Amino acid sequence: MYTYTDFDEAFVRERVAQFRAQVERRIDGSLTEDEFKPLRLMNGLYLQLHAYMLRVAIPYGTISAAQMRQLAYIADRWDRGYGHFTTRQNIQYNWPKLKDIPDILDALADVQMHAIQTSGNTIRNVTADHFAGAAKDEIADPRPYAELLRQWSTDHAEFQFLPRKFKIAVTGCAHDRAVIKAHDIGLQIVERDGEIGFRVLVGGGLGRTPMIGQVVRDFLPEADLLPYVEAIVSVYNLLGRRDNKFKARIKITVHETGIEEIRRLVEARFAEVRPAFTGVDQQILGGIRAQFAAPDFDALPVDGFEAARAEDPVFRAWVDTNIAPHRRDDHAIVSVSLKTPGQTPGDASSAQMEVLAALAEAYAYDELRISHEQNVILPNVPRAHLREVHRALKEAGLATANIGLVSDIIACPGMDYCALATARSIPVAKEIATRFEDLKMEHEIGPLKIKISGCINACGHHHVGHIGILGLDRAGVENYQITLGGDGSEEATIGTRTGPGFAYDEIVPAIERILKKYVEIRESAEETFLLTYRRAGMDPFKAALYPDKEKERAHAA
Amino acid sequence: MPRKFTPKVVTANRLIEGDAVWLTAGDTWSPEMGDAELIEDEAVAQERLIHAQSQPGVVVGAYLADAVAGPDGPEPTHFREAFRTRGPSNYFHGKQESA
Ligand code: HEM
Ligand code: SF4
Repeated sequence: MYTYTDFDEAFVRERVAQFRAQVERRIDGSLTEDEFKPLRLMNGLYLQLHAYMLRVAIPYGTISAAQMRQLAYIADRWDRGYGHFTTRQNIQYNWPKLKDIPDILDALADVQMHAIQTSGNTIRNVTADHFAGAAKDEIADPRPYAELLRQWSTDHAEFQFLPRKFKIAVTGCAHDRAVIKAHDIGLQIVERDGEIGFRVLVGGGLGRTPMIGQVVRDFLPEADLLPYVEAIVSVYNLLGRRDNKFKARIKITVHETGIEEIRRLVEARFAEVRPAFTGVDQQILGGIRAQFAAPDFDALPVDGFEAARAEDPVFRAWVDTNIAPHRRDDHAIVSVSLKTPGQTPGDASSAQMEVLAALAEAYAYDELRISHEQNVILPNVPRAHLREVHRALKEAGLATANIGLVSDIIACPGMDYCALATARSIPVAKEIATRFEDLKMEHEIGPLKIKISGCINACGHHHVGHIGILGLDRAGVENYQITLGGDGSEEATIGTRTGPGFAYDEIVPAIERILKKYVEIRESAEETFLLTYRRAGMDPFKAALYPDKEKERAHAA
Repeated sequence: MPRKFTPKVVTANRLIEGDAVWLTAGDTWSPEMGDAELIEDEAVAQERLIHAQSQPGVVVGAYLADAVAGPDGPEPTHFREAFRTRGPSNYFHGKQESA
């Protein structure tokens, strides 16, 4: 895993010291809120409905056992004993006090973590495939590139005041688990004639005007990564609209300018900046890469695992649902669900974090990941240890076998915490999960991604949910719009609205009608919800959702 | 005829704790909305808001929220403001704990 250089360490400590002084000056009145707000946002500190919220970056979702343990300690010492993992591979604390923030940031720095650039119009936490370095289908580990980008972008003088926030995601696989097409820049590692490079996408984004990223360069040689990304950000810095916050993201720049012209401008700028990159960045990359070297994998026999799987149905169900293929056959990737029905999606208690840290140490080479789907991953577990890992997870209430199923829902904090929310999302997620657990339909329904946002900002990725739910405020009442057919994978698609929204107490029954219709009309159990929607279209689901309208139509005809 | 003014309360979050508070008639900040001053006059509401905004060392983000008179003082009319009087619905945290 990446460990801080002296430079990183000094930089992070320096930032904490600066912020400590800024907090003091805010409290003693020498800074006004208008002066302080941009400073606190630069350090990940928001003010929400009931309290402050601190957002801590988990770069490319990778953390060690010691770091996880420190997150638990912070939750106990300064918060309410839990943390919320988010779709951008961050952890959010919902109850810190302003005066404690500098101490929390110091505690983070003790384990090489920080909250820098988790907010503001900067280049944000670079996210990556949460199976990076472990996935069977991977061309190369995307994290060294993400780390290189992090170092280059952190405090980059030219890019501290971009027109708007800027998000980059990297994946090393053709199958996209990092939603790169919904990012300002998406990078996919590709191989051409034995050479590693990137397919570069630009202009994706969700929020008010969702857009799918477009290819700006089909093959970018590895050594050109930084100058090319710099060229994109610099073209955007110039062209991006600063007159209207809602039109300021690069997706609008690309949309208004056209991808052809953007490509021309980026290539021209690239030609200008390329000579300034003399190869130092490549030396740095070499050093970084060494730090992401795979662990010394233990070659342990798997017969015990096979026997346990055959005899214990609970273990088998968990293995079949929560385990993904590892690059080594004697290892597995374990997804730990933070979505037990009835729980808040993405929340982990400090005790659960401790258990996860201990398991990572004992059985997974000290490494954990946070997925954008708000689950925790143990990326490298010898199959021989799976039984023991499952037993420990079960004891901690973390063995729910629902990865990729109806109750594995992404939900943003919504009106329960967020000051921008127009409706709640957490209770909707909880109720959908409990409802389908009661119906015992989860495994029958099969692969399904439900994603919920509590306002148009789309932090819950609802546009790319197979079923997306958007909470709105309609004349002072919570109202939920449904979209179908969204997809956050390599075939990224923005979902289509079904029609009028549903009241709070109607939304769960509405989802139930959609899924019962799906089970009724699918051609076989192998035809997933998404495939069925693509084949049959919106009409059958509309008929299920709005039966009265259908009757009216039949009448009129 | 001028549009009827919806009564207001002045509300904000406390600088250090970050919790929701309401401005009382006695010029203190209360964690209970019921203690708030219910303002029926638009000009007075603006005045009270400016007064609140002149206390940056105490509160952050003061604004006027719609309210109605209830048996125990002002009550929220919108669900967002109702949440601010209670706390989140997923955990028994925030104001509901001490209620
Ligand atoms: C509670 C404090 C939060 C605030 C104030 C906030 C604010 C925003 C805003 C204003 C946008 C729209 C950006 C735009 O369209 O230009 C946005 C988008 C987004 N946020 Fe948040 N958000 C919050 C929490 C979260 C959480 C908890 C997550 C992760 C679960 C998250 C992840 C995202 C994502 C993925 C997007 C959409 C992707 C994009 O940038 O286009 N945010 N957020
Ligand atoms: S989608 Fe809206 S409600 Fe949800 S976290 Fe983002 S800003 Fe808040």
